[in-house]
Amino acid sequence: MQQNKTEFAIELKGITKTFGSVVANHNIDLSVKQGEILALLGENGSGKTTLMNMLSGIYRPDSGSIYVNGKEVFINSPEDAKKLGIGMIHQHFKLVDVLSAADNIYIGSKKEGFFLSGKRFDKITELCEKTGLEIDPHKPVYSMSVSEKQTVEIIKVLYYGANILILDEPTAVLTPQETQKLFSIMRNMKEAGCAIIIITHKLNEVLEISDRVTILRKGESVATVKTAETTAKELTELMVGHSVELSIDRPEPDRGEVLLTVTHLSIANDDNVDVIKDISFELYEGEILGVAGVAGSGQKELCEAITGLQKIRQGSILYKKENIEGKSPRDIIKLGIAMSFIPEDRLGMGLAASMNITDNMLLKSYRDSSTPFVDRKSAAEVAERIVKDLEIATPGINIPVRRLSGGNVQKVLLGREIESAPKVLITAYAVRGLDINSSYTIYDNINIQKKKGVGVLFIGEDLDVMLELCDRIMVLCHGEITGIVDAKNVTKEQLGLLMTAAVKEGEAHE
Amino acid sequence: MNKPLKLGGENRFHVVKRAELPFKQTALLYILAIVLALVAGGIFILCIGHNPFSFYATLISGCFRSKLAFVALIKIIMPLLLTTLGVAVAFKMKFWNIGAEGQFIMGAICATYFALYWGDMPHFLLVIVMMLAGFVGGGIWGLIPAYFKCRFDTNETLLTLMLNYIALYIVQYLRDGPWRDPAAGGFLKIAKHPESAWLDKLFGIDITWVICIILVVIMFIYLSYTKQGYEIAVVGDSHNTARYAGMNVKGIILRTMFISAAVCGLAGMLQVTGDATSHTLTMGIASGVGFTAIIVAWLAKLNPFGILLVSTFFGILDKGSGVAESTFGLSSSVADVLQGIILFFILGLDFFIRYKIVISKSEHEETKEAAK
Repeated sequence: MQQNKTEFAIELKGITKTFGSVVANHNIDLSVKQGEILALLGENGSGKTTLMNMLSGIYRPDSGSIYVNGKEVFINSPEDAKKLGIGMIHQHFKLVDVLSAADNIYIGSKKEGFFLSGKRFDKITELCEKTGLEIDPHKPVYSMSVSEKQTVEIIKVLYYGANILILDEPTAVLTPQETQKLFSIMRNMKEAGCAIIIITHKLNEVLEISDRVTILRKGESVATVKTAETTAKELTELMVGHSVELSIDRPEPDRGEVLLTVTHLSIANDDNVDVIKDISFELYEGEILGVAGVAGSGQKELCEAITGLQKIRQGSILYKKENIEGKSPRDIIKLGIAMSFIPEDRLGMGLAASMNITDNMLLKSYRDSSTPFVDRKSAAEVAERIVKDLEIATPGINIPVRRLSGGNVQKVLLGREIESAPKVLITAYAVRGLDINSSYTIYDNINIQKKKGVGVLFIGEDLDVMLELCDRIMVLCHGEITGIVDAKNVTKEQLGLLMTAAVKEGEAHE
Repeated sequence: MNKPLKLGGENRFHVVKRAELPFKQTALLYILAIVLALVAGGIFILCIGHNPFSFYATLISGCFRSKLAFVALIKIIMPLLLTTLGVAVAFKMKFWNIGAEGQFIMGAICATYFALYWGDMPHFLLVIVMMLAGFVGGGIWGLIPAYFKCRFDTNETLLTLMLNYIALYIVQYLRDGPWRDPAAGGFLKIAKHPESAWLDKLFGIDITWVICIILVVIMFIYLSYTKQGYEIAVVGDSHNTARYAGMNVKGIILRTMFISAAVCGLAGMLQVTGDATSHTLTMGIASGVGFTAIIVAWLAKLNPFGILLVSTFFGILDKGSGVAESTFGLSSSVADVLQGIILFFILGLDFFIRYKIVISKSEHEETKEAAK
């Protein structure tokens, strides 16, 4: 077993991992060379994260073997992974907000002894200079942008001497400009001989950054291809298992009357700081209005204000000329304003994780029955229908939703909101972390709503998608509208500038 | 290479999550746990120099040997059952009500007020009024921490716990002060309830047992099939989800906590007016039942019928080991040790229901040989 002495930084052979009756990984083979970027591509629930968690010592394979630099290893804990030079940058950063960049890097370090040395800041600066990364080691994490936090995570793994890096959907939270910066960092590290595995759903990024692509489907590695020799279409087909159309349909909007009129709206958060500042816009019947913006620009507060969950400080929200301020969330649901907000953990808002699909269908309609009892029978019918229509992969409707994979959880949520036949549909991060196939199912469903004359407020992250799906795009930055543009006549870079140029402007205000 | 090459790891054992077990297997595992617990308990009894078989035989016969023994057993089960039903409602909402003891006492205090000062009311009316008093009195005692939780986000565990002691010392104050029985000749005690305030009997036991059975059924229906029960489950799962669904989360917390505490209060009222306490409010009225209820609630997985089963089991253990202790001349802690052993096994079993342990090394080496 010495054949691949140093050719491969990492080689996985026949890795299998099961969780109870769920087979997350089955007999997976994968390899990365030093100085190579491998993209790991697959639908939701295809086992990408599970596989990477085994490399970083969080899970252990049921069977199969792992070779690092040609030697078979057993990774029993994250500590072992660290020693082998494997560093993982998780989708959700694992940083302590109140500590500085340097201290976050030092957390968990055993070689530093008991006392913190003042030299730690210099050491980090030195490392940054060597690798071309930019970070102020004194800056506390809470005042950092998402991209800076990610840089801290990268420095952290490099500090521990990692030469094999795993990045789990690193671009999901970045603006286009930040993504380019990350890519140049990755290229530098590749030059320096690191082996890099990147998990992403975005095909254009895969084509741009990687050298080879390994595709997982339903827990199995179906193919490994050279990036230079493939196309987005081929990759998608490998991933999904059948041919797909790769463009999002955008039917001509049949604009009807105004559904929502927001005028001079300001919303204050708990600390009495305005998170939405004097914004005005209109949402019409039969259109999709996109809302773009860096995470935390006031999207959540806007959604909550429209659905009556958040107090309005100033201004008004009219639904068909009726002021909805002061109405209870329940009354607003009754008016036909439905919201599906996908939080980062996918479950916390809108779904009860421990309940089954049927009970989750009841969440907004359970009061409709005339008796004091809940009507589970019709909910079960709805659940069956949604599972069928949205192709939700589940053993049955009596499975707690927390046991479904992320994409399917989202389908359950969106399906319920659509089922309530809303007039206004607010979807926030509807395809957050979803694979291509599920995303398209969701775009199709949103388009069906649009054709029905529903006004859709689409709060999104992926600008490429918003440019194709939305009719108009409103850009939010630090709670202010920096522009409402026609999606057909705008480029991604222009949007990015609206999102970021204003970020700097906003910071100057503070 | 189609077959798995090796099973990973230098450690011999590793823990793997199980698929959901079918009900039958789960039930079998529980029976196994109880058997193992009895074996371990038996070894303990053997160690202190007694025959475990005759000990267990005495334990069982101690509960069922006579009508008197059986009635005594039921009297132990009833307050525990009712209080557990109460706390289970709050637990379902993930509201950690560990103040059942205090709510139980407050129910008893409020009921006693009517017994002592309105004792000349017609019997039937008086009992109804006392039940309401116990229900509302306990409920309000539970509303206090719920209110502070909603208003200031205080820690309900601390607040409900501290209110236990306040309730207990209110009894002491009443006993030594305003409600002191002058007829008790120097003894500090509260007067016995007048006979008009005693609960009626059915088949030789006061009617608390009927209320118990009714409440088990009602509680099961309430939690599983009603809109309010559904709301409790959603709030217990995620406050945010409940909020997004347009639920009035604070209202639900207040209402549920009132119901939870009110059932505990009712249990206290029934205890003080029933046969178990000679119809007198004392400092020992609750005697820890509110805490045992927490254990019972979890062992029963918050299922009302499970609660009926588990509290019966606890009752048998308590009553039976009391008899066995006096028969064998053991200290009263023996029952506690036995309870501890049983709990240990059942809680330990929970782990095995969810996980299994895989032993990997031997197979690992075998396949390595095969691969060569």
